[in-house]
Amino acid sequence: MAEREYDASRYAPPAEVGEMELPHPKGFIGKYVWSQDAKVIAVQYGLTATAIGLVALVLSLLMRLQLGFPNSLSIIDPGSYLQYVTMHGMIMVVYLLTAIFLGGFGNYLIPLMCGARDMAFPYLNMLSYWVYLASVLILVAGFFVAGGNTGAGWTLYPPQAISPGTPGIDAGIVLMLVSLAVFIVGFTMGGLNYVVTVLQARTRGMTLMRLPLTVWGIFMATVMALLAFPALFVAVLMMLMDRLLGTSFFMPEMLSTGEGGDHQGGSPLLFQHLFWFFGHPEVYIVALPAFGIVSDLIATHARKNIFGYRMMVWAIIIIGSLSFVVWAHHMYVSGMSPYFGFLFATTTLIIAVPTAIKVYNWVLTLWRGNIRLTVPMLFSIGFLFTFVNGGLSGLFLGNVTVDVPLSDTYFVVGHFHMVMAVAPILVIFGAIYHWYPKMTGRLLNDTLGKLHFWITFLGTYAIYYPMHFIGLEGVPRRYYAYGETTFISDSVQALNAGISVAAFIVAFAQLLFLFNLAWSYSRGREAGPNPWQATTLEWQTPHTPPRHGNFGDELPVVYRWPYDYSVPGVKQDFIPQNVPPQAVEREPDAGRGGTA
Amino acid sequence: MTVTLILIALMMAAFVGWLLRQSIAVRPWVADSGQRPASIPAAFTASRVGLVAFLAVVVSVFALTVSAYLMRMEMGADWRPVPLPGLLWANSAALVLASLALQLAWRAAARGQARRLRQALAAGGGFTLAFLIGQLLAWQRLEAAGYYLAANPANAFFYLLTALHGAHLLGGLVAWGRVLARLGGGADATSLRAGVELCALYWHFLLLVWALLFGLLLAT
Repeated sequence: MAEREYDASRYAPPAEVGEMELPHPKGFIGKYVWSQDAKVIAVQYGLTATAIGLVALVLSLLMRLQLGFPNSLSIIDPGSYLQYVTMHGMIMVVYLLTAIFLGGFGNYLIPLMCGARDMAFPYLNMLSYWVYLASVLILVAGFFVAGGNTGAGWTLYPPQAISPGTPGIDAGIVLMLVSLAVFIVGFTMGGLNYVVTVLQARTRGMTLMRLPLTVWGIFMATVMALLAFPALFVAVLMMLMDRLLGTSFFMPEMLSTGEGGDHQGGSPLLFQHLFWFFGHPEVYIVALPAFGIVSDLIATHARKNIFGYRMMVWAIIIIGSLSFVVWAHHMYVSGMSPYFGFLFATTTLIIAVPTAIKVYNWVLTLWRGNIRLTVPMLFSIGFLFTFVNGGLSGLFLGNVTVDVPLSDTYFVVGHFHMVMAVAPILVIFGAIYHWYPKMTGRLLNDTLGKLHFWITFLGTYAIYYPMHFIGLEGVPRRYYAYGETTFISDSVQALNAGISVAAFIVAFAQLLFLFNLAWSYSRGREAGPNPWQATTLEWQTPHTPPRHGNFGDELPVVYRWPYDYSVPGVKQDFIPQNVPPQAVEREPDAGRGGTA
Repeated sequence: MTVTLILIALMMAAFVGWLLRQSIAVRPWVADSGQRPASIPAAFTASRVGLVAFLAVVVSVFALTVSAYLMRMEMGADWRPVPLPGLLWANSAALVLASLALQLAWRAAARGQARRLRQALAAGGGFTLAFLIGQLLAWQRLEAAGYYLAANPANAFFYLLTALHGAHLLGGLVAWGRVLARLGGGADATSLRAGVELCALYWHFLLLVWALLFGLLLAT
C-alpha cells in the first residue's frame, strides 16, 4: 500500500484555537458549577443521573419486597405500588439511561474522541444540563405533593392516567408531564450540540470513517432522539391540555358513577401511536450508544481491530432508520388490523438482521484475540450474553400470535429488562471502569470491580430468567397482589421470593461500586495517560485528566482508524490514531507485513 | 402518521444518503492513503448546521401534531371544523412582510449597510409582532363567537397549532432581540451577518410552516 504524503491543510478547523475563543472559567463556581466545559458537564450529567437512578433502584426494591414477601411493609399499598412502578420505569428509561449515555458519555467522549476543543456551542451545552436538572427536580417534586406521584405506568396511557382512581391525578401527573416537556427541551439543546460537534468539529484527518464506534453510536442515537422526542413532546402537551384545559384529544367520554365526564370523543389510541413513535426509537437511543461503546471496549481489551468496521457503522445507521417504522409492535393488543400487525411484525424482525450482524462481529472480534480479562472486558462479555438472551425473547414478542398471549405478563418484563435495562447498564459499568482512569487519573480497584461484576451479572440472571417462566404461566405484570387464581401455581410465590432476594443482593452489590468510585478517587492506583494502551484520541491528551481545551496547544492530527491493534510487523501492539506512518516502529526483520 | 413518516423518511433519506456517500468507497483500515473526507463545504458553518438540525426537530414537532390532527379528525364523530376568521389572511400577509424584511436585513448585513440593516431588522420584528397580535385577536374573535378551546377537538387543534407556531416565533424574537441589541451596542453590520442570516432562514422556515398549517386548516 502506497503511503502518500499527508496533506492535512485541506480539510480542517484551525489547529490552534486562540486562547480568547475558549471561555476559560474562573474560580470554583466557574469551573465546576456554571461550567461550559463538556467534561465537567458530562460529570454533572452522570452524577445527577446516578442520583435519580438510585431513587429508582430503591423503588424497585420496594416493589420486589411486596412481590416476594407480600404485605411485609405497611407503607406499600396498591396505590403506592403503582406509583413505584411508574416512577421506576420512567426514571430508568428517560432520566437515567438517556441522560447518562447522551448527556454523560456523549459530552465526555464526543469532543475528546473527535479531537475537538469542546462542544460546538458550549453555552447551550451548559444550559442543557441545567434544564435537565430542573426536569429532574420537577419530577422529584412529585414525591412530595398531595396525592403523590402519578401511578399511570411509565407509558402514561390515557384515559386512566388522568381519570379518577389512578394515584396522583391531581398534581402528580401534571408534574410528570411538565418534567418530561422540560427534559425534552433540555435534551434538544444538548442533542444539537452533539450532532454539530461530530459533523463540524472533527480534527484534521478524522474522517467520518475514522471515528470510533462509540461516537457513531452516540451520534446516531442523538439524531434519532432529536426526531423521536418531539412525539413525546406533542403527546405530553396534548395530555396536559386534556388534563388542565378540558380538551378531548385523548379522553373519550367516560361514565363515572353514572354521570358523564367533561370529555368526549377523544382517542386513547392516538396517544399510543404518539407515545410509541417516541417509545420505540427510545429503545435504540439507549441501545446504540451501548453498541458503540462495547465495540470499543471489546476491540481495546481483546487487542484486535473490530471485525467489519464498515458493517458496524452501516448496521448502526440501518438500525437507527428502521427503528422509526416498528412502533406499533407495542400495540398488537390495541385492536389493530391484523394486516397492520403483520407489517409491523415484519419490520420488527428485519431489525434483527443488522443487530445480529453486530453480535456476530463482536464475537468475531473476540475470536483469537489477545483477550485481557479486565473489568471492562468482563462487563462487555456480560453485555454480549445478556443482549443475545434478551434479543431472543424479543423474537417471540415480535410475532403477533405469540405476543398476544404473552402481552402484559412477566415475560415482557423479563424480556425488556434483559435487553434494554441490564444490557445497557452493564455497558455503562464497563465504560465507567474503562474511562474512570482518564477522568480522574486513577484506576478503579480491580478486586472490587470483579466482585461487583460477578454479583451483578449472575444476580441479574437470577432475577430476570425466572420472570420468563412466571410470564409463561400468564402472571400479569403491574399487579400489587394476585389473590386466588386458577392459573397461577403455588410455586410462583416461591420463585418471586427468590427473585426478590436476588434483587436485594444485586442492589447492595452496587454499594461496592459506589464505594469503589469514592475510594479510588483518592486512593486508586495511578493510571498514567493510557493505562489500557488504547488508540483513540482521548488517551493521547497531554494531561490526565484532560484540561479545559482537551489537547493543550495543538490539536492532534489523525492518520489512521481507531482499531490499529496487533498490527503485524509493528513493535507495539497498538498504534494511536495520531501516530503518523513514518513514526511507527517496526520489527527489524518483519518487512512490510501490514498496511500501517 | 403518514405525514410524519413521509417527512421523517425524507429527512432520514437525505441524511443517511449523505452518510453512506461518506462511507461507501472508503477503506478505513488503511492509514493515510490520501483519502479525503468529502470535506464539508465552507458554506456549512457550525451555526448553520445547528440551525438545520434544529429545523429538523421543529419539522418533527409540527409533522407529528399535524398527524395527530388528521388522525383525530377521523377517529371521533364529533369533529366540527372551525370557521377561520378573515383576520388570518391579514396576519399571513404580515408574516410574509416580516420574512421579506429579514431577507433585506440579511442582504444589508452582507453589504455592511448598518442603517438599512437597522431599518430592515426593526421592520421584520414589527411585522412579526403584528402577526402575533393578530393571532391573539383571531383567538379572541373565535372565543367571542363561542368556539372555545374545550368545546370541540377542531377548536383545540386550532389553538394548539397556532400556539405552537407562535411560540416558535417568540423564540425567534429572542434571537432577533439579541442581534438588535448587539447592533445597538455599536457592533459592525458585517459582524452581525451570521446572526441576521440565521434569523432570516428561521423566519422563512416558519413562514413555510404557517403556509402549510393555514392551508391545512382551510382545507379541512
